Amino acid sequence: MGESGSRLLIVDDNKVNRLLLSRSVELLGYHASVAENGKIAMQRLRDETFDLLLLDIEMPEMDGFEVLEAIKLDPALRDLPVIVTSSVEGIDNVVRCIELGAEDYLSKPVNPVLLKARLASGLEKKRLRDEQRVLLERFATSEVALDLQESGFALGGRQVNASVLFCDIRGFTALSENQPPEETIELLNIYYTLMFEAIDCHGGIVTLMIGDGLMALFGAPQPLEDPARCAVSAAQDMLAMIEQFNLDRVVADKPEIRIGIGIATGEVVAGYAGTQQRATYTCIGSKVNLAARLEAHTKVIGCEILIDDDTRSALDEKVGLKTIHQVQLKGFSDPRDVYSVVFHQSQ
Amino acid sequence: MTESPIDQSVFAELQDAMGSDFVEELVTTFLDEAPGILTELKRAAEMGEQNTLRRAAHSLKSNANIFGAHELAELTRQMEISGLEPEPSQIDILNAEFKRTATTLKDLLDG
Repeated sequence: MGESGSRLLIVDDNKVNRLLLSRSVELLGYHASVAENGKIAMQRLRDETFDLLLLDIEMPEMDGFEVLEAIKLDPALRDLPVIVTSSVEGIDNVVRCIELGAEDYLSKPVNPVLLKARLASGLEKKRLRDEQRVLLERFATSEVALDLQESGFALGGRQVNASVLFCDIRGFTALSENQPPEETIELLNIYYTLMFEAIDCHGGIVTLMIGDGLMALFGAPQPLEDPARCAVSAAQDMLAMIEQFNLDRVVADKPEIRIGIGIATGEVVAGYAGTQQRATYTCIGSKVNLAARLEAHTKVIGCEILIDDDTRSALDEKVGLKTIHQVQLKGFSDPRDVYSVVFHQSQ
Repeated sequence: MTESPIDQSVFAELQDAMGSDFVEELVTTFLDEAPGILTELKRAAEMGEQNTLRRAAHSLKSNANIFGAHELAELTRQMEISGLEPEPSQIDILNAEFKRTATTLKDLLDG
């Protein structure tokens, strides 16, 4: 019966009540943990993972109302279903629980049939919410998912100061023509995993993936103190990871892969673009074009990372930068100085 | 006062749903815990600590309801909602009712 293995936390200051509730949910096939007041409960909720909370109201230290308030304020706990089990007197207290976000209210002693039905329904809601969140994260990255959960979805953008990063694999088409398609997909999966990791680590989000190319944004939707520094650090980590990956490829007798990265910093418009049915978090602006052109130019001059003047200005450490004078980039009328970030091969 | 302090049908239903062994454990826990709560309640009444008093009465009430101890539940419910400091005589009545309830519960376990 039920989702066996679902983990429930029972909060009640009375030992007899804790015992009875634990036994009741265990008989229904769930796993029960207990806490004797709100304070202990909040600690356990933050340290462990639970699927549902059975909460008493009258408790010393921190009562049920305070627990409901704390859960509501915590983005990581907000979706946890809470069923209040209490025998507080007065309908206004029940109303207060529901207003504070409780899923349901069961008066004590809890009727086993009602308990069973409410638990099943609460856990099903939790399962659907989790599923939705996983889907959202798979297609949107956790930052965008958080932004969507916090402010809701609305088409439209805003001006932000951000760094845009473009990256792709050199000679990928030739590489993929010389190997079976499954191997190409596997290579792409590993490549994306590594790149996502490096970008994520420095607070960036991947906004676009096309074949072997990707675009990442640093500074939106969540603002970063120093987006340029984050983007350059991410780029260096990306190269370090590829270098590590190549060691494995050499051992497996496969050709090494090379990547090129372009970074530009400045004002961009970031936001959701598309239709009400299908939209993506993206950014637009001449800095986006510039970053793409810089990435393309890494192939021309045979370097790994190229950054624009605004990115360079934002870096407090300018060592390891090599100026490339007066480069004429496609789509930009005036030639400009760009900078190659020297990547120090480890070992 | 000749009526049993425990509603036998509620008690039987509890045993049926939870198993007699477990109910024995539950009763033992109640008999261990309740005197402490009663002491706390008496102390809170003497000190005029409304919140502690209400919480203690509330706690006993919820336990009394589990076992079908209707009279004990009613006495504690009155204390919980009135919120006033009970007269010493009311505390005595409560203590007496708890003793009666405890004796019956022990008999039920032995019987």
